Amino acid sequence: MQKISVVRIFMTLALVLTSLNLVAKDTENVEKEGKGGLKTEIKEFIAHHLLDSHDFTLFSDEKEHKYYGFPLPVILWDGGLKVFSSSKFHHGQTVAEVGGNYYKLYHSKIYKTDAAGTIDYDAHHHPTNAKPLDFSITKNVVSMLLISILMFFMFRSLAKSYKKNNGIPSGIGRFLEPLVLFVRDEIAIPNIGEKKYRKYMSFLLTIFFFIWFLNLLGMTPLAVNVTGNIAVTFGLALLTFLITNLTANKNYWGHIFWMPGVPTFMKVVLAPIELLGVFIKPFSLMIRLYANMTAGHVVIMSIVGMMFLFKSWIGSPLSFGLAFALSILELLVAALQAYIFTMLAALYFGMANEEAHH
Amino acid sequence: MDKLLDQFSFGLFFWQILIFVGLIFLLKKFAWGPILKSVNDREAGIKDALKSAEEARKEMQNLQADNERILNEARAERDGMLKEARQLKETMISDAKVEAQTEADKIVAQAQATIESEKKAAIAELKSQVAGLSVEIAEKVVRRELADKDKQLELVASMLGDVTLIN
Repeated sequence: MQKISVVRIFMTLALVLTSLNLVAKDTENVEKEGKGGLKTEIKEFIAHHLLDSHDFTLFSDEKEHKYYGFPLPVILWDGGLKVFSSSKFHHGQTVAEVGGNYYKLYHSKIYKTDAAGTIDYDAHHHPTNAKPLDFSITKNVVSMLLISILMFFMFRSLAKSYKKNNGIPSGIGRFLEPLVLFVRDEIAIPNIGEKKYRKYMSFLLTIFFFIWFLNLLGMTPLAVNVTGNIAVTFGLALLTFLITNLTANKNYWGHIFWMPGVPTFMKVVLAPIELLGVFIKPFSLMIRLYANMTAGHVVIMSIVGMMFLFKSWIGSPLSFGLAFALSILELLVAALQAYIFTMLAALYFGMANEEAHH
Repeated sequence: MDKLLDQFSFGLFFWQILIFVGLIFLLKKFAWGPILKSVNDREAGIKDALKSAEEARKEMQNLQADNERILNEARAERDGMLKEARQLKETMISDAKVEAQTEADKIVAQAQATIESEKKAAIAELKSQVAGLSVEIAEKVVRRELADKDKQLELVASMLGDVTLIN
């Protein structure tokens, strides 16, 4: 028995070594062949995927310029409201002409151009063309609307099931109710306190499920990166910031501008630091969510991309296994980030409501 | 940071705030409000039910204590009654004994008095009979032995002795 297992170990080792050799050869080949063609393509695909988009592309063939999906409405404010379909851009290949003005899509942004669609660049290769105010219903906006509608119907059904079923949830409510109670009992009450948590519950519940569901939507093959968009996380952090400071009591402001219990000199020193903290707290919320979700998308897509780079019979399954394992990890991260954001928001609300206890 | 600012889309930010704030208010009215209310009501109901169960338990205990007390009182009363009855019995018996004793004494006394009087009557009768007999004897003796002086004296002496004995 022992002999056989030793032989097996050697065979496995030999296999792994040869396959590693194959992998090395393959990457060399790729780099030689297309000047890193596939690699660059994957990089560009990932970079493009992380950004918002003016049309909802489900899958595409970049080489053939074939896109499968549907266009979304573009809404511009450029000396008047201009609304048209994003199909006019033809995925950035043509210039859209609307009411005598010409617009071109360049790296997911809309620029005003001349009829030929010329884009002028500055020294850093940044376009210098004028940018109209863009209020388009983009892919991220559609995803947010989708999740909002989904949330509305899910929680409406939970609310209704109480009435129908004599105070006991039914159907999907059985899954949702413990989560609602979790937000209340584990996030809101311990951080804000029994007396004042009620007025923050709507915000905390909405933000928890909103972030979580959007994170999960990012895990589907649609892979929309909404919570990994800085504008979205900025919006969420800004609301947290506003609610924290608008509902703060005297004690909170007292701790910022005139810290009790320290010498006067220290009070003067601490005030600007504390004031800075007021802005840093929501800023950290914004960056944390953005960075975590973006990083997750980049890592998973890179490993999926590796499947196409390693065209070997062990490298590709290995990347597949890794991508699979990381996807499971990302599912956890999706919930964890929603929890952390909500938890910290509740913590800040709690600070704003703390009573003096000296 | 530069790239981040470059990526920032004001339009997306605008829609995000609009959708999110709208969602908060919509859900507050149609979902969170009713959900939290139902949950709180249910929890309050459970709390009330537990409280009333506790109260019922306490009441039960009180009732049991009451029962115990009543039972004890009844037992004490019964004991008291039994004791009283026993005392009554004892006094009755002793009273009866005393009465019987006096009655018996009375009867005995009466009997003794009767016996005494009977005895006296009997003695009186015996005396008279003895007197008659002695007179008769004396008559006979006197008739027969008057001649012998010694015998006369002997006779007198014996007669005298008898007389004292009788008395």
